[in-house]
Amino acid sequence: MSALAQVAGDPAVDPVAPAPETQKRSWTAYLLLLPGVLWLGVFFILPLVQLASVSLQSRYPGFPGYYYRDLNFQNYVSALTDYAPHFARSFLYAGLATLLAFVVAYPLAYAMAFKAGRWRNLMMICVVAPFFTSFILRTFAWSQILADEGWVVRSLDVLHLLPGGQIINTPVAVVAGLTYNFLPFMVLPIYASLERADPRVIEAGGDLYANGFTTFRTVTLPMSMPGVLAGTLLTFIPAAGDFVNMELLGPQRGKMVGNVINDQFLAIPGGYPVAAALSFTLMAAILAMVFLYVRRFGTEELV
Amino acid sequence: MAGFREARGDLLLESVTKSFGDFTAVDDIDLTVPRGSFFALLGPSGCGKTTTLRMVAGLEQPTTGRVKIGETDLTGSRPYERPVNTVFQSYALFPHLTIRDNVAFGPKRRKDKDAASRAADALELVQMTQFAGRKPAQLSGGQQQRVALARALVNHPEVLLLDEPLGALDLKLRREMQVELKRIQTEVGLTFIHVTHDQEEAMTMADTVAVMNKGRIEQMGAPAALYDLPRTRFVANFLGQANTGEGTIEAVDGDHLVADVFGTKVQILKSRSQVHEGRVLFGVRPEKVTVSRKQPDDVGNDVKGVVRDVSFLGVATSYLVDMPSGATWSCYEQNLDVEPVDLRPGDEVWLTWNPGHAFGVPADA
Amino acid sequence: MAATTADAGTAYRPSAAKRAQLWLANHFAMISAILVLLYLFLPVAYTFAFSFNDHGKTNIVWQGFTWEHWQDPCGVAGACESLVVSLQVGAISTVIATVLGTLMALAMVRYRFRGKAASNVLIFVPMATPEIVMGAALLTIFVQGFSNVGISLGFGTIVFAHIMFCLSFVVVTVKARIQSLDPRIEEAAQDLYASPMQTFWKVTFPLILPGILGAAMLAFSLSFDDFIITNFVSGNESTFPKFVYVASRRGIPAEANVIGFSMFVLAVLLVVGAQVVSSARASRTKE
Repeated sequence: MSALAQVAGDPAVDPVAPAPETQKRSWTAYLLLLPGVLWLGVFFILPLVQLASVSLQSRYPGFPGYYYRDLNFQNYVSALTDYAPHFARSFLYAGLATLLAFVVAYPLAYAMAFKAGRWRNLMMICVVAPFFTSFILRTFAWSQILADEGWVVRSLDVLHLLPGGQIINTPVAVVAGLTYNFLPFMVLPIYASLERADPRVIEAGGDLYANGFTTFRTVTLPMSMPGVLAGTLLTFIPAAGDFVNMELLGPQRGKMVGNVINDQFLAIPGGYPVAAALSFTLMAAILAMVFLYVRRFGTEELV
Repeated sequence: MAGFREARGDLLLESVTKSFGDFTAVDDIDLTVPRGSFFALLGPSGCGKTTTLRMVAGLEQPTTGRVKIGETDLTGSRPYERPVNTVFQSYALFPHLTIRDNVAFGPKRRKDKDAASRAADALELVQMTQFAGRKPAQLSGGQQQRVALARALVNHPEVLLLDEPLGALDLKLRREMQVELKRIQTEVGLTFIHVTHDQEEAMTMADTVAVMNKGRIEQMGAPAALYDLPRTRFVANFLGQANTGEGTIEAVDGDHLVADVFGTKVQILKSRSQVHEGRVLFGVRPEKVTVSRKQPDDVGNDVKGVVRDVSFLGVATSYLVDMPSGATWSCYEQNLDVEPVDLRPGDEVWLTWNPGHAFGVPADA
Repeated sequence: MAATTADAGTAYRPSAAKRAQLWLANHFAMISAILVLLYLFLPVAYTFAFSFNDHGKTNIVWQGFTWEHWQDPCGVAGACESLVVSLQVGAISTVIATVLGTLMALAMVRYRFRGKAASNVLIFVPMATPEIVMGAALLTIFVQGFSNVGISLGFGTIVFAHIMFCLSFVVVTVKARIQSLDPRIEEAAQDLYASPMQTFWKVTFPLILPGILGAAMLAFSLSFDDFIITNFVSGNESTFPKFVYVASRRGIPAEANVIGFSMFVLAVLLVVGAQVVSSARASRTKE
């Protein structure tokens, strides 16, 4: 349980850092690191290098699935022009889902940190527990909940709040699914940073500013900023690369970039180079955004 | 045990220096702590006292210099090779072990077959036997402190190091533990080195106190001697209170020096002044100063001031008096009479003292 | 929300509307928290409910109650086989990732060395990389590179990939635990004649063990639930999430709901049980 919170809340961990002189300098460090670094080298770095090289390969005309080494930057041109709308949708839906998840997660994290008392552990379990049912099963359950015959759509229909008459197979369902699936990644880091905050500081804020919202904006929110930072990243990154929610909940047309990569690699013969170029562009875009975002909102090291 | 160094005798630090990068934490210290004595290292935080202690424990290695016990040179040896144990500031008890196992940890590492009974004896010594089965988190601060002490004592180290061992305790408990520590030290007869920033603690417990400042030992001696005759401005101010004023030595009159301090002529015994010409910091302890309404008949060694504050403390009354120099002196009068002098803030008073009680230290630094 | 509460001792008594407003302000966070928790559990409840659905071809609309799927969850071809694969992959990946990750965490916290910043980046970047990119990259190297050395897609490649993406999470979790350890406790062990090896096994390891177990649990749940990367590197092998995803094209059989929900119950029982045991132990030693 706390493991997730630790992972998620790590940027704000203020550990009892050993004084510099208690850190040893020794070859043991390299021995300890070696197996893990090798593993990441062989199964993370090398594959990325290979992906980069594939993204520049060309197809043998007439032989689908066969490629030759090349410096074919046309793949990137194609990725950026033909699939620009897909990128735009991915970032838009992921951004909306992150925003929604923040709005939904904050009160929960706040209540867990300051109001839950002895229910805190139970609430923690409740946040993580849904994780243990398969991600695909839960997403599929949303297709049942949001189905045209389901109570959600019917009641919205009765209230005339649903002009299209449908949720499932629309972008709305996709954003809803993304929001739901990555919500705990938002809750736990915010909770972790709020838990470390001193509730008396917030009370003092309440004394200084009569208005509850002002207290929140000037005292509570800044204190939880490291958690918010981590939470938004942990939500946005997987959401931007996701294709399962789109596949199970979304429309037939107007897919996200994840769907294109998945299909190009696994369903469409001869799609490797462009799919690799798409993957690389996606990764570069996300890393650039993460870098700028961390630069802008926080300077603490993330690991 | 491989590498373990038996050693007996006085603890010696020979020109020990410790630098961390550009910062010199301990600056060329020479120190001899006689075997079996209770020795206190006193100083403000950051003065190098804890670093000194850690070098004795082996947790730090000196940049230059040697650490010895008797004839055995311990420089360069690891903490687990030294006949030295530490009571850490935060106790550093092993949270996953019971009290019994905490105390038996050292003997077990040394393959002592009687580890269990030795641990039981040590717990007996600190009166913690009934808590042997508990975990550290279930004890109060004072109880944890006793366990930390037992865990170190059980090994019968040649030198026991205490790093601010009472810092986390409340005042009443600290007093009790001071007496207790002194009792145990007398009972076991080991060398105790006690690091503290609390001058009262150092003075009440130690046979010898070394006052440290900025990586150096400013002065060392018996507590009463340090208090009575400080040799630096730092010691004068750090060890108890001192009423001081800077002045210039103008004449020598037999055994006395005569100094002009803000227009007042004061006398200092030559033997009680570290400087005999030029600028001097004159000082006298608060309880050595007498407050009176009228100028006493004696010549000199008196000064007129204005009472700023009066605090009745029961056994004594403490006065704060504003001096012409702008300084505020503190005076401490025992309430020997049934009707103490009735002074109020704003009253003019004369302060006098016996010139034999004054001291002089170098004015600079 | 540090809402102001009316002082009960004074004669002033706010109006009913005002009191309702105050009550709401005071309990706003808790009420919304409970609503959010209900929202989190809604799909789980659906999964549970639809495990009893007497469905025909597709399990999307409620059609009637039946025990049938609970009586024979393995009745659907591939369901239990894929579950076994998932459990095996999870167990192997967890053990290896936890060991490697713990070693790395120790190096990162306890040592100064050249290349530490680069190692930090190497550990962080996999967590900031979308799974689909990792899956795609692994697919290209398995198909175009490692196939030359006799590695083909299947059980092995799934395990390789899972260890890789679990590793960073293990490092970060264990690292936090080691950092929260008071270094003086280890110094105390050395001071009490424990050699560096004894210090590690008698003191450091028992103290970071909860962090290691937490990391292992996290690794297992990440591995067990992974679909996107697995989908790229699994070839013909099927894990439970992959089985469910493939089935979803035709409608997920209720047996999958039975298995999914059972795993959920099992995990929750494990977690709650661990909590109960640890708090019981804590209160017993207090006697």
